[in-house]
Amino acid sequence: MATFAPLFKKRVEMPIKFNQMRRYILSFIFLLSLSVFAFSQEHSEPQSGGQPTNGEVQHGDPGAIDHQDHGTEAHDAGCGPQEEHEFDPGATAFHHIADQNIYSIGPWNFPLPCFLYAPDHGWSVFSSGKFHADAHGNGHVAVDKYVLVEGMVQRIADPTFPDGEVEVAHHPYFQKVKREDGGEKEIASICYESKLYPAEDRSTADGGLFGGGITSFYDFSLTKNVTSMIFIFALLSWMFLSVAKAYKTRDGMAPKGMQGFIEPIFIFIQDEVAKPFLGHKWEQYLPFLMALFFFILALNLFGQIPFLGGSNVSGNLAVTMVLAIITFLVVNLSGNKHYWEHILWMPGVPAWVKVILTPVELLGVFIKPMTLMLRLFANITAGHMVMVIFVSLIFVFSNNGINVGAGYGTAVGSTLLTLFMMTIELLVAFIQAFVFTILTASYIGAATEEAHH
Amino acid sequence: MGGSIAAIGMGLAVIGAGIGIGQIGGKAMEAIARQPEAVGDIRANMILTAALVEGAALIAIVMAYLVK
Repeated sequence: MATFAPLFKKRVEMPIKFNQMRRYILSFIFLLSLSVFAFSQEHSEPQSGGQPTNGEVQHGDPGAIDHQDHGTEAHDAGCGPQEEHEFDPGATAFHHIADQNIYSIGPWNFPLPCFLYAPDHGWSVFSSGKFHADAHGNGHVAVDKYVLVEGMVQRIADPTFPDGEVEVAHHPYFQKVKREDGGEKEIASICYESKLYPAEDRSTADGGLFGGGITSFYDFSLTKNVTSMIFIFALLSWMFLSVAKAYKTRDGMAPKGMQGFIEPIFIFIQDEVAKPFLGHKWEQYLPFLMALFFFILALNLFGQIPFLGGSNVSGNLAVTMVLAIITFLVVNLSGNKHYWEHILWMPGVPAWVKVILTPVELLGVFIKPMTLMLRLFANITAGHMVMVIFVSLIFVFSNNGINVGAGYGTAVGSTLLTLFMMTIELLVAFIQAFVFTILTASYIGAATEEAHH
Repeated sequence: MGGSIAAIGMGLAVIGAGIGIGQIGGKAMEAIARQPEAVGDIRANMILTAALVEGAALIAIVMAYLVK
């Protein structure tokens, strides 16, 4: 960061008028609070509409366990009333940071291509615009038994449900069921011709650890996260190719434009990360470290931009897992004899200590990439969640839209809190990209170090 | 009121990591005050060490989440 210091100093000394600065900050706060109010209005509508019936909800359907209303006009297909429920900030946060099959920016939903495979039906390829999703991401058309529930594609496994495009009720019914291990799981059911059909999530290869598992279909779609990743890939390629070209055409001259932006960051990683940790081999690993750093940094920052979908790519466990696996392969494939000797049969310690040390060192080989994976995932996910929870405070304090005054009061406070958290998250975006790179460099450095005893 | 013993475990893990990272940050500030010219090296090492402490806490949190 020493390289950044003169840069920042120069910026601060530039004659930016205080008034101008204040105008920017005020307009930004205004925009942010506008979005908070828009969000609060969208979520409080169903409550004000359903208010009078609040006390007299019928429990007529004995088969339904614990109905929850997630929408406005759910009773259109005759599946019985849905019970009002309390606002759950945790569930809201998880839903907002999850990957989606539509890209929603503000009130607009942009369809994305779906590539779905079910073993008993084969491939289904269509655009997610066919679901006709509303602002909550709930589609009211089922396509080949696939339905859109809160932005995610789910499938109705029931063979009696018809194939092709079928109009279903607008909003899914949510039911809480007990999982085998005692925890609770929420499943969505779709109402079609006065009958409830339970929908299944896509298959996940987590071995059941996070409540997933193999279900009746596999989702290979171009989701919101994949779209953001492709966009970032194109952006970084364009930036670096133009900078590389500038070094050829402007040889010997002062850096200009994009070059001036990239060069200090590049030099910083090269001098503070690559050279001290990798010794004389630093040039060989520099492209890998740079790719890691700029990819993670760009994804972290892209997820922080408000009103742009807020895709949580580097806070996705699968993405960080792939990054960690690549690091694992690079470290262990470039490990020399000295490195493996220190893991398998540590020289210079008594034999009985070696017996204890070898399993510990072997575990360490796998724990190192695992912590890389978890650190990036947890930090970015926590950052995204905290912001949603601060916005959720409005609904908690306004009693779900009933107490409007408290809602407006809290909206001001939570806007300021969100603004503060976003500033911190900018710092976290840099630090996490830096930490991932520096730890990778130190692991590679340890694996390629020459013996010196 | 929801929650479980796993939540207490997560809290304990965070206390440990908090003490650790606090020590690292405090000592780094002291070191920078003594030798302001070494601020670059000290900061890089501070972040690296804090990341290692954080890794242990994250493993504890994830285990608490999985075992509950």
